Amino acid sequence: MRSLHRFHGGVHPPEHKLESSERPSARAPLPKLLALPLQQHIGAKAKALVQAGDKVLKGQLLARAEGNLSAALHAPTSGTVLSVEARPVPHPSGLADLCITMAPDGEDRWAEHAPIDYYSIPKDALLAKLRDGGIVGLGGATFPTHVKYASAPVNTLVLNGAECEPWITTDDRLMRERAAEIVQGIEILRHLASPGETLIGIEDNKPQAIAAMRQACAGTGIEVVTVPTLYPTGGEKQLVRILTGKEVPSGGRPFSIGVACSNVATAYAMHRLVNHGEPMLSRLVTVTGNVKTPQNFEVLLGTPIADLVQCAGGALSGSSGYILGGPMMGLHVGDGQLPVVKSTNCVIVKSPSLFPPTPPALPCIRCTRCAQACPADLQPQELYWFAKARNFGKAQEYNLFDCIECGACAYVCPSHIPLVQYYRFAKSEIWAREKEKKAADAARVRHESRLERIERDKREKAEKLAQKEKAALASPSAQAPSSVPAAGAPAQPAPAQDLINAAIERARQQAALVKPKNTENLTPQQQAEIAEIEARRAHIREVAHHHETEPPKE
Amino acid sequence: MLSSPFISKNDSVGRIMLTVLLALLPGLALYVWYYGPAILVSLALASITALATEAAMLKLRKRPIRPFLSDNSALLTAWLLALSIPSLAPWWMIVVGTAFAIAVAKHLYGGLGNNPFNPAMVGYAVLIISFPSQMTHWLTPLGMGANTLSFADQMAFIFGGHLPGDLTLDAVTTATPLDTLKTQLHLDRPVGDIFAMPIYGHIAGKGSEMVALGFLIGGAWLLIRRIITWHVPAAFLGALFATAGIFHLVDPAHYVSPLFHVTAGAAVLGAFFILTDPVSGPTTPRGKLVFAAGAGILTYLIRVFGGFPDGVAFATLLMNICVPLIDAYTQPKVFGHKDGSEA
Repeated sequence: MRSLHRFHGGVHPPEHKLESSERPSARAPLPKLLALPLQQHIGAKAKALVQAGDKVLKGQLLARAEGNLSAALHAPTSGTVLSVEARPVPHPSGLADLCITMAPDGEDRWAEHAPIDYYSIPKDALLAKLRDGGIVGLGGATFPTHVKYASAPVNTLVLNGAECEPWITTDDRLMRERAAEIVQGIEILRHLASPGETLIGIEDNKPQAIAAMRQACAGTGIEVVTVPTLYPTGGEKQLVRILTGKEVPSGGRPFSIGVACSNVATAYAMHRLVNHGEPMLSRLVTVTGNVKTPQNFEVLLGTPIADLVQCAGGALSGSSGYILGGPMMGLHVGDGQLPVVKSTNCVIVKSPSLFPPTPPALPCIRCTRCAQACPADLQPQELYWFAKARNFGKAQEYNLFDCIECGACAYVCPSHIPLVQYYRFAKSEIWAREKEKKAADAARVRHESRLERIERDKREKAEKLAQKEKAALASPSAQAPSSVPAAGAPAQPAPAQDLINAAIERARQQAALVKPKNTENLTPQQQAEIAEIEARRAHIREVAHHHETEPPKE
Repeated sequence: MLSSPFISKNDSVGRIMLTVLLALLPGLALYVWYYGPAILVSLALASITALATEAAMLKLRKRPIRPFLSDNSALLTAWLLALSIPSLAPWWMIVVGTAFAIAVAKHLYGGLGNNPFNPAMVGYAVLIISFPSQMTHWLTPLGMGANTLSFADQMAFIFGGHLPGDLTLDAVTTATPLDTLKTQLHLDRPVGDIFAMPIYGHIAGKGSEMVALGFLIGGAWLLIRRIITWHVPAAFLGALFATAGIFHLVDPAHYVSPLFHVTAGAAVLGAFFILTDPVSGPTTPRGKLVFAAGAGILTYLIRVFGGFPDGVAFATLLMNICVPLIDAYTQPKVFGHKDGSEA
């Protein structure tokens, strides 16, 4: 028996898994319209290769990966491309983004596709095929898988089957129903990562999934490890810590400690791609909450949420919007026309009885339940204080950027303070300042080089003039009066200019001193988060300001 | 709420404070058993004063009254203060002390969550400095000595200052075991003789040691309910015990057993109910240990070498001052960082 490690904190929210976990998964019918956002992954937006009117086949490439940190997009079924246009997408900002819309023709005709003999091709080629097959991490972060495995080998390959968020049961059903296929996908990952050991971490509230995976792993050397049910065990850093005892360094990725981590659903998607030639076209989605028959469905990417909810018998009365993902970290959306994307593992239909409104916030009483719950060992009550006081430097000093926004602190807060919103607000403010500072730096550099250029031009002109004059004087035919002053005489920097330069230098030194930490060397994921969070800044600021019973300032 | 998390644990400040109030009940019951029901009158006076002051201050500060009045924090301050002062003190003392605690120590600093000092202990400090003689009106435990006051007599004294017939105040009240010990030691009486006096029980004061046991039971329940953590009670009682133990080992004739110190006075009440106040205490686990250990040492020093009968209140206030410093220097290691100092 493997000895497990612990991470600090964690919470036990009501699981609500049984609602959907005991029904076998089903295939959702073809919708009338599919909307496929070009950005369904972390990194650069995919580049559309089709236009309105194009007939496409199932599995045909619709948009290619743009650069290395990106992933391709394919037609989930055969049909006609209707448009490439900005449409609402499931994103915290609520802003529209570029999507390819298509009308299925109902024939579901495949494009030509063939399995990949992955042992016979170089690993680089296999990685490129993952990118072009649209494979991204399906645990929720949608980080392109080929980038994760580019720096193999690793000591430990961790497969994440923890599924710690309440309500969600996709990985549970997937492991119960398609264990053998998952293991075949894991073999591809093992081929890529050449790990010393391969571990699958599954929370002990999924005994049937554990049994199915154990059976499928028999004789492969892959170890299925039962981990205690505790939110957020499914967090990458937390699961790696539990299974290996190692901590992913702050701001780093598991690779830096010799670990690679992928979701079991990602392994399954890789199996479909490599062993069947089928790119990422669909995924398993839990539909639960205030619906008639909560269940898991195999859903084509781009399917409208409302259509999916219909599959589960439709929303019951009193429904009030949807949560995409789980209740701890998910995204609230009101629009049922938003499409299922690669990160959509769950659609929860909300109702006031299932998700009662949070009572009004009271002041923090420093009870430190949040600190006791924080899986990153942070002091959330201090971060809250600094964020509220807009003391962002102090917030960074207290490691704001190690916050994974798991929501455990806000979940336990007896004063019902929307803590995570304060952290998002502080992070986005810091990023905004960083951006402004960079812009100002760039402007200053531009300005200085312009001054320098003007200076140089003047000098060169003056030199030329001087030479000409010299030449004129030297030549006997020259009659030029010597009294003509050198019009462009080298302008010695005036005293005023000296002062300005000195001031600029001082300002630069000061700016260097107050330079915020922890914002350098951001991972692409964080950069994507920056963009995302900036977009909802205004909203968060508003909410944060109105949320306290007490106004922030007397 | 349109932003995650969309669920929250069914918990509230009001419920936490209510749990602490309930945890005081075993000690309170034993208090009534040993000293009579006068304490209940103090509790009622303190509660009414606290709620009225809280409401008035909220109104003055233009804050919503209902959510803050129902958070039970003012009641808790009131109860802790009432339990800290003699129940035979004149009625206006608990009123003045409670009003000061709520109005000045709490609301003038910003209300719930913002007070740097424990309000109940501020109230206590004001009373013991302003009215030192009234603060010695501790009731003699019931059944000890012939002159036991009836409830009606107690009321008459609390509200009117009259004692029935020929009784004098000295006949019905007594100095606390801690106070007596200090005075008698000063008179060079040996410890053994002092403890033979009728006010002493098995370990500390007769009656008061049983009340302390009641608070210990309530405190244990708070630990089980995870309202408090072990750090503060363990470090406070541990440091008090250790300090007293060192002095006792060196000179047992003048320094009494550490067991007496952790049982006597407000030690147990302080360990589980006063020093555990989250608002005025530190937040980090190591900080709680430092804070409570400091309070334990200070409590001993004030008791033995200071001018006041007990030291818990002043030790608490002195350590409250240090909280920001303690918090700043005891930050725990953050996940993925090599050590806690990295910031």
